[in-house]
Amino acid sequence: MNRAAVAGAPRVVFPRLALRGRRRFADPTFRLLTLAFAVSVVVITLLIAAILFRQSALARARFGWSFLWTSTWDPVALRFGALPFVYGTLASTAIALAIAVPLGLGAAICLAELLPRGLADPLTFMIELLVAVPSVVYGLVGVFVLVPIMRDVAAPIQAALGFIPLFGGPAYGVGLLTAAIVLAVMIVPFIIAVSREVLLAVPQTQRDAALALGATRWETVRDVVLPYARSGILGSIFLALARALGETMAVTMVIGNRPEISASLFAPAYTMAAVLANEFTEATDDVYLAALVEVGLLLFVITLLVNGIARLLIASVRSSPARAAA
Amino acid sequence: MFAATVGATGVTLGVLVFLLGYIAWQGASSLSWSFFTHLPAPVGEPGGGMANAIVGSGKLLLTAALVGVPIGFLGGVYLAEYGRGGFAWWVRYAADVLNGVPSIVIGITIYALVVRRMGHFSTLAGGIALGLMMIPVSLRASEEFLLLVPDSLREAALALGAPRWATIVRVVIPAAARGIATGLLLSLARVAGETAPLLFTALNNRFWSEGWSQPTASLPVMIFTYAIAPYEDWHRQAWAAGLVLLMLVLGTNVLARLWLRGGAARAS
Repeated sequence: MNRAAVAGAPRVVFPRLALRGRRRFADPTFRLLTLAFAVSVVVITLLIAAILFRQSALARARFGWSFLWTSTWDPVALRFGALPFVYGTLASTAIALAIAVPLGLGAAICLAELLPRGLADPLTFMIELLVAVPSVVYGLVGVFVLVPIMRDVAAPIQAALGFIPLFGGPAYGVGLLTAAIVLAVMIVPFIIAVSREVLLAVPQTQRDAALALGATRWETVRDVVLPYARSGILGSIFLALARALGETMAVTMVIGNRPEISASLFAPAYTMAAVLANEFTEATDDVYLAALVEVGLLLFVITLLVNGIARLLIASVRSSPARAAA
Repeated sequence: MFAATVGATGVTLGVLVFLLGYIAWQGASSLSWSFFTHLPAPVGEPGGGMANAIVGSGKLLLTAALVGVPIGFLGGVYLAEYGRGGFAWWVRYAADVLNGVPSIVIGITIYALVVRRMGHFSTLAGGIALGLMMIPVSLRASEEFLLLVPDSLREAALALGAPRWATIVRVVIPAAARGIATGLLLSLARVAGETAPLLFTALNNRFWSEGWSQPTASLPVMIFTYAIAPYEDWHRQAWAAGLVLLMLVLGTNVLARLWLRGGAARAS
């Protein structure tokens, strides 16, 4: 059984009181009341999965597994394939992670190992505030600040490197790279917060031992602390990944909303969450709606998997850090 | 190498300062009294405000609290006080899954469950969607703070002859009240900024929405609608709304955390 479940319950032994009359029912009733609400959490989660499955039945019946690798998204001819959205989601998230992980990990190391607590604590508090900023506010800044910058920046880059497909095509300002940058800004505080906790949890004895053997502070961090915290940091990256996968508003506002797969970073793209936000209320046909729900089901399954891996990684750190680091 | 990490910290903090500063600058220059008191003007006409969006957000959060607080709080009570064994593990796992579900997927679920049944978009549907999103955070916070209450308090209540339910209701919960209230407040602040689940549950409304069964405007949805529109005046209003929303969310977060720390300092 999950250790937390056993360890969490109080170790107080509550005796069965020999009450008479109506007072006999107070305890069981209260327990039933709280149990009912706890059960409702499980019911709600199962309900979400069931509804996604049921409402996408029309699309699943018509397209089958080919839904996953078809790249046509034609609401007029009612032919749907989720590949452009899967590509957009994975590509924007991958680039966002490539930007956010070095930044986030570097800042976490600085805040955990380098700076004195008096300075690191208020700075961490401020960075954790970034986690609370609503997605649509990030989108607002993205649309009015980042998109014009990207338009201006794209011209010289394309003049120099435009022959490479990665930088080709017309640059509208909105596109895959813009969305990836906005996503990176959104997930960096998350990575910093969790990684810093993980690094602080590494026992001081490990660092002392390394220093006693003659390592410099950087060598201690690189060769002792980081490997020890590796699973936890990976877990934080997966959590950030799961968060970025489900990100809707900021991405919708800056990604260009074009269901096509293109090699260029500057090309407009589309993500699973973005297509849901844009087209759900405009779906004119039952099959259209079912196809959109199937995209939602796909998104649900992917985030479920990624979250599961993240929890496993973080749990392995908590249960036996030495084994996880080996 | 350490210099690189300091650089990374600097970049992150720089982005934070720039973000907050830019929103404050753009928003403050667009804020006006009419923003808080007027309805949106007809499309393309300048002027107007977001009074209905502010009230709409308030109604949505009230509904969300009615859904999310009982489930999160009482579920947390169950996990903390009776939560031994396998079923509690499933509840915690379900809460984790619910936490990871993208908010737009929750919107789809409520669309199918509530909007389809009612036949129209409504504040009720939007509130329920937001309430579902509140559950994982408030559940975890309630359980955590209830577990922090020392067992000696429970034993003392028992020794005085209290039945189990009275121990929990009269002793344990009041002892953990500050932390639980903070957790509930933080979960409310989190859903205040959510846009995606409202897109197809509460939709939007350019006028006042009466009662709970009409579509309603809300701050986040208005920001989204105005930001991607072609009108300059709407862009300015979007900045103003963004500033208001940001101040509400960040302000609640900061106040809640400071309140929590104040309580912890006083208790020790």
